[in-house]
Amino acid sequence: MTAPLLRIENLSVEFGPRANPIRVVDDVSFEIEAGGSVGVVGESGSGKSMTSLSILRLVPEPPGRISGGRILFDGADLLALPRNQMPDIRGRDVAMIFQEPMSSLNPVMTIGDQIGEAILLHQDLNSAQRRKRVLELLRLVGIPDPAGRIDAYPHQFSGGMRQRVMIAMAVACNPRLLIADEPTTALDVTIQAQVLALLKDVRQRLGTAILLISHDLGIIADSCERVVVMYAGRVVEEGDVRSIFRNPAHPYTRALLKSIPRLDDERDRLYQIPGSVPLAGSVTQGCAFRARCPLRVETCAVDRPPLFAFGPSHKAACWVTAEAAQARSAAEASP
Amino acid sequence: MARYIFWRLADSIPTVLLVLTLVFIAMRILPGDPAIAALGDNALPDQIAVFREKMGLNVPLWRQYLNFLHGVVTLDLGRSLISNTPVVNLLAHHLPYTIELTIAATLIGVTAGIPMGVLAATHRNRPADSAVRLYSLVGYAIPDFYLGALLLIVFSLNLGWFPINGGGDDFPSRMYHIVLPALTLAFLKSAFMGKLARTSLLEVFGKDYVRTARAKGAREGRVIYRHALRNAMLPLTTGLGMSLLATLSGSVAVELVFNRPGIGTLLISGISERDYAVIQGGVIVFALFVVVVNLMIDLLYIVVDPRIRVQ
Ligand SMILES: Nc1ncnc2c1ncn2[C@@H]1O[C@H](COP(=O)(O)OP(=O)(O)O)[C@@H](O)[C@H]1O
Ligand SMILES: [Mg+2]
Repeated sequence: MTAPLLRIENLSVEFGPRANPIRVVDDVSFEIEAGGSVGVVGESGSGKSMTSLSILRLVPEPPGRISGGRILFDGADLLALPRNQMPDIRGRDVAMIFQEPMSSLNPVMTIGDQIGEAILLHQDLNSAQRRKRVLELLRLVGIPDPAGRIDAYPHQFSGGMRQRVMIAMAVACNPRLLIADEPTTALDVTIQAQVLALLKDVRQRLGTAILLISHDLGIIADSCERVVVMYAGRVVEEGDVRSIFRNPAHPYTRALLKSIPRLDDERDRLYQIPGSVPLAGSVTQGCAFRARCPLRVETCAVDRPPLFAFGPSHKAACWVTAEAAQARSAAEASP
Repeated sequence: MARYIFWRLADSIPTVLLVLTLVFIAMRILPGDPAIAALGDNALPDQIAVFREKMGLNVPLWRQYLNFLHGVVTLDLGRSLISNTPVVNLLAHHLPYTIELTIAATLIGVTAGIPMGVLAATHRNRPADSAVRLYSLVGYAIPDFYLGALLLIVFSLNLGWFPINGGGDDFPSRMYHIVLPALTLAFLKSAFMGKLARTSLLEVFGKDYVRTARAKGAREGRVIYRHALRNAMLPLTTGLGMSLLATLSGSVAVELVFNRPGIGTLLISGISERDYAVIQGGVIVFALFVVVVNLMIDLLYIVVDPRIRVQ
């Protein structure tokens, strides 16, 4: 077995005073193979963005800080690197695109200059070569009339086109990992599909591994091989897409699946998970989901469930379903 | 863009007309009868008649207004009652001193203020930030004339490093004379621009595109100067305009303290001598200064904001 491209181990992110911190990412671990695709899903506020920002060490500090864990990229711990070496990694090995295509581009720089800057920072090309490369990238991400658009400013583009520009900028140096934090959340449905298709295309053509963050399990199902489900800063379930969809093991994942809209849907209203996400860091004991959980038992309030194995590549953190699964497999084993 | 500039220029014509009209009305309404104001309560009737004749006050108001506008356009603003010199000549002699003081104070204020703002914003809540904030506070708190007098006493009277008064004649002597007055005005300006740069930068630092710049591997210097500061230039340009207008009132006080032959000094002496034509000329210049500064700031926006420049 080869070492994974990225391996997050026991990552914790805290906000607020050190004496009385709020832990918004709590002991998160997962990994991505080279060229692989992993989706992170969870309601807003569950710590997805902070987890992904941690990889590039871009957690806003203060008020936040990475308070523990390791992030191994190619075997080397990014969290142990001297701070001034991080810019060499960002954009070159690991690139990132964000949710808000409107505000993520600098309004006073042409998009050509902004994409060109990503190249300038990491590659030794003169300005003519850079411009040629920028035109190539614009063509790659499907901007019509690249030569006519390269000197335009962000406000002259639509949201979907800006997100394409962001993607061009992110893949400018052929990074090995592309983190996309809710890349389509701010876009219309048809544009969403186009941008997701572009990400898939980029991944296939360039062999870039993708970490796709979304609050929409449907999007992840279409684009990723593996899924990490987060709830209140913790990983509650992790597995390949098929296991997660066929045999969701955590009550929260089951609820999420029920709330995906379907074309053949006959219900008037979408299913909504009752209750609301607990405030980040407010649950320090037991299972964070217990207040909204239909299956909860006494243990859930006392002990925090570890990730139990539900299959060769399927884990979930639930006392109740783990016990049931164990009982089932015991029954199957005995004649 | 050429169209924008054209329209912005065309747009300032009514503004100028309005400003001139206000000056005309103010000059005729505010001081009561200018003849009495100039000659005093005890003036004889025929003295007054001569004065009114000389000042063109004997014709109907609408004629006076047209004459006034005609005078402005042909650069004929009458003669000083005291020295009988054409007012335009007086203005032409005094204006350069005010303009060079404004430019010098602005250059010093901006080149000192913006780096201070950068320093404060990048060292938020650390000693450097506190120092800059304290500086701003002092800059706001000290009145121009007081600071000017202080500098004058210390560096001119006591240490003898700088001239005590006047504006100088040839270029080197003018530059020598301008140091203390310019520093006086620049102090408030740098305090203002520094504080504004700090606030604007801190706001820009929170923007998504700054995070994008870091995410693609830009180092802090590039993030600050290429991305953040260029965006902070928008509020800073507005601030520069306000600060330039503030220099106007500041320069009157500072010119008096340092006895510089600028427009402020001319205006004040015109007022104390009840020199009607000189007051009117000085007020016109100040009013036009405001219009020109606004125009320059608007044109500067074109440079710093592509959203205005492009269509
Ligand atoms: N600047 C901040 N200051 C304090 N708390 C923050 C800040 N940014 C994020 N958080 C907290 O971190 C938690 C996780 O945020 P985030 O990672 O953005 O969630 P997600 O991306 O899953 O919606 C949120 O509940 C929020 O309260
Ligand atoms: Mg988020």
